[in-house]
Amino acid sequence: MISCDEAAIICNKKQYKEASFIEKIKLVMHLLICKTCSQFSQKNAEFTALCKKAPLHCLPEKDKVIMKKGLRDKI
Amino acid sequence: METHQLRPEKWVDQYADYLFNFAVSRVSDAELAKDLVQETFFAGLKSAKNYKGAAAERTWLIAILKRKVIDHYRKINSIKGKAEVRMNYSSQNDTDGDWLEEQVADPLSTLENDQIENEELGLAIQECISKLPKKQSLVFTMKTIQGMSTEDICKELGINPSNLWVMIHRSRTALMSCLNQNWFSI
Repeated sequence: MISCDEAAIICNKKQYKEASFIEKIKLVMHLLICKTCSQFSQKNAEFTALCKKAPLHCLPEKDKVIMKKGLRDKI
Repeated sequence: METHQLRPEKWVDQYADYLFNFAVSRVSDAELAKDLVQETFFAGLKSAKNYKGAAAERTWLIAILKRKVIDHYRKINSIKGKAEVRMNYSSQNDTDGDWLEEQVADPLSTLENDQIENEELGLAIQECISKLPKKQSLVFTMKTIQGMSTEDICKELGINPSNLWVMIHRSRTALMSCLNQNWFSI
């Protein structure tokens, strides 16, 4: 049997489709007996859906460094 | 009243992604949006002495960015404006209805709001990400937004996978509770 901490990590891995088959079975077994974790699992899935729905963009770290340098030169 | 101060050395870390999201949704061109954000920072620096501290730093920067976006459209329109404007009543000619009345928007439909809502959601998430500790926000953006593989992130940041998953877990729980306050509860 796995602990809640382990279950949470596997649940997060699952959000990125990186949980192995055995891990998934362990998670399902745990979710059957743990109410808190199954709630968390559900919320986590909803959060993933929200992240997918929102048009999220971000600047690559490389560009930020260039920007920072440019700003520092002007200060 | 609370007064705010400008700290230009922290602008890039704190606001670059937020401003970038704002710009991208308005000009839909990443390269151009990046330039606009850069210009915004420079303009902010230039007029820093006019900053009275009444608005928060980010609000002030967003206000500058808005002007930059408007300036951009003015600039491209001065060239475009010379071209002939053609009115095209129906974009697809293969549809049955040629009448304008048949092409009026459905007043009961709420589908149009989705895009606006999603854009606001994106900004809300971005705001929450900017509140995270630096390392966590970095890991989260690399994994979730840039979609990098676990292996690559570990190599780049010099951490081991279990470390990464713990950080992902912490950032996700923090983001969820932040979104609970700033967005509809999830």
